[in-house]
Amino acid sequence: MAVCTRGLGKLATPLRFCRKLQHQNERLFSTSMCRPAADSEPPKFVPPSKPVIIDKTQTVASLRKFLSPEFVPPRQRTAPFKFFLERKDMIRRRKMLNIPEFYVGSILAVTMADPNASGKTNRFVGICIQRRGNGLGATFVLRNIINNQGVEICYEMYNPRIQKIEVLKLEKRLDDNLMYLRDALPEYSIVDPEMKPVPFSPTGEVPLNSLKVRMRPKPWSKHWERPKFNIQGIRFDLCMTPNQMAGAQKHAQPWREYDMLREYDTTELEEQIFKEVQEEMSK
Amino acid sequence: MRLKPLYSSLGLDDVSIATAAIQKMTRVRVVDNSSLGNTPYHRPPRVIHVYTKNGIGKVGDKVLLAIKGQKKKALIVGHKMPGDRMTPRFDSNNVVLIEDNGNPTGTRIKVPIPSSLRQMEGNYSKVLAIANTFV
Repeated sequence: MAVCTRGLGKLATPLRFCRKLQHQNERLFSTSMCRPAADSEPPKFVPPSKPVIIDKTQTVASLRKFLSPEFVPPRQRTAPFKFFLERKDMIRRRKMLNIPEFYVGSILAVTMADPNASGKTNRFVGICIQRRGNGLGATFVLRNIINNQGVEICYEMYNPRIQKIEVLKLEKRLDDNLMYLRDALPEYSIVDPEMKPVPFSPTGEVPLNSLKVRMRPKPWSKHWERPKFNIQGIRFDLCMTPNQMAGAQKHAQPWREYDMLREYDTTELEEQIFKEVQEEMSK
Repeated sequence: MRLKPLYSSLGLDDVSIATAAIQKMTRVRVVDNSSLGNTPYHRPPRVIHVYTKNGIGKVGDKVLLAIKGQKKKALIVGHKMPGDRMTPRFDSNNVVLIEDNGNPTGTRIKVPIPSSLRQMEGNYSKVLAIANTFV
């Protein structure tokens, strides 16, 4: 057959025709046909079961019920219509750009257009240490240590310069804000820029990484031990004496949780917005 | 305190906090491989003048350093204070030593530098040429 195709190639027959012929040949002279039949009646052909190929490198879209936190408007007197219009614009952007589900502590890779970069795009991989803002101005901060230099980039989620957001590792940490990684040992912020996406299950609970970090000696950028931050992910027992920890409790404001004016229950609002977003996205 | 040398190599100690970008008396970290910037110091290099109209230096501005008893010009290639969105923020205030004519003193920059510096390609193309990585 190879000779046949080579001969055809010499004759400069169009490649498509050549390939077609090859297929025909394969079909005509397949090995099963050539096998001498032992019995008078050939065994009935049983098609092999179709192999199920699971591509583990491909991350699947999450099936969890998840509403991105920037959809929830802040508690203020601004007319709700303003937030409604903003949500509409956000959904329009989300139809163009896939913004996946992610949390503080997940490892993300963001590709953005950069007129100054060599390939006109810039890809940055890092651990998400903060999510802030709502509406079109929502941001998230990625942190990484490159060549022993800590680098953070604050991305605007709905900025048109963003071309792609990938979740390389979906997980949560003990805290909702990991700004203390700036004062932690560098090993906790280092992410491999060539990292391959880690497969995750699209359903069920998001895995919680209950890692507790060791800190550099003081001074820190903030008093992380104070109850205001309520940080669970730091090994305070290694860097502070029990006496110092008791001293930090002086700043506690235990009455704050009973302050009814600070209450902002968004469960109902979130339900409503989730339904609205689902409807609009399916349109 | 056994880890102290590591922190100083990261430029995380003895460096000013992120209240303003870079102004007079800001302690900075020299990130090129020039011998002047890399010899261990008793006093950290400090900014003694910023060549801008408002006296505040950001990425791409030129400053005058007091380093090892000498006056030396330097280019800011990253600071702790967050700038615009989508631009990198660094954990230390980084500078690259330059001569009076704009040529770099060292031959290699060890840390990533922001790609927004490429906008001023004309003046500091030799500084950009010795950079390893851009973010």
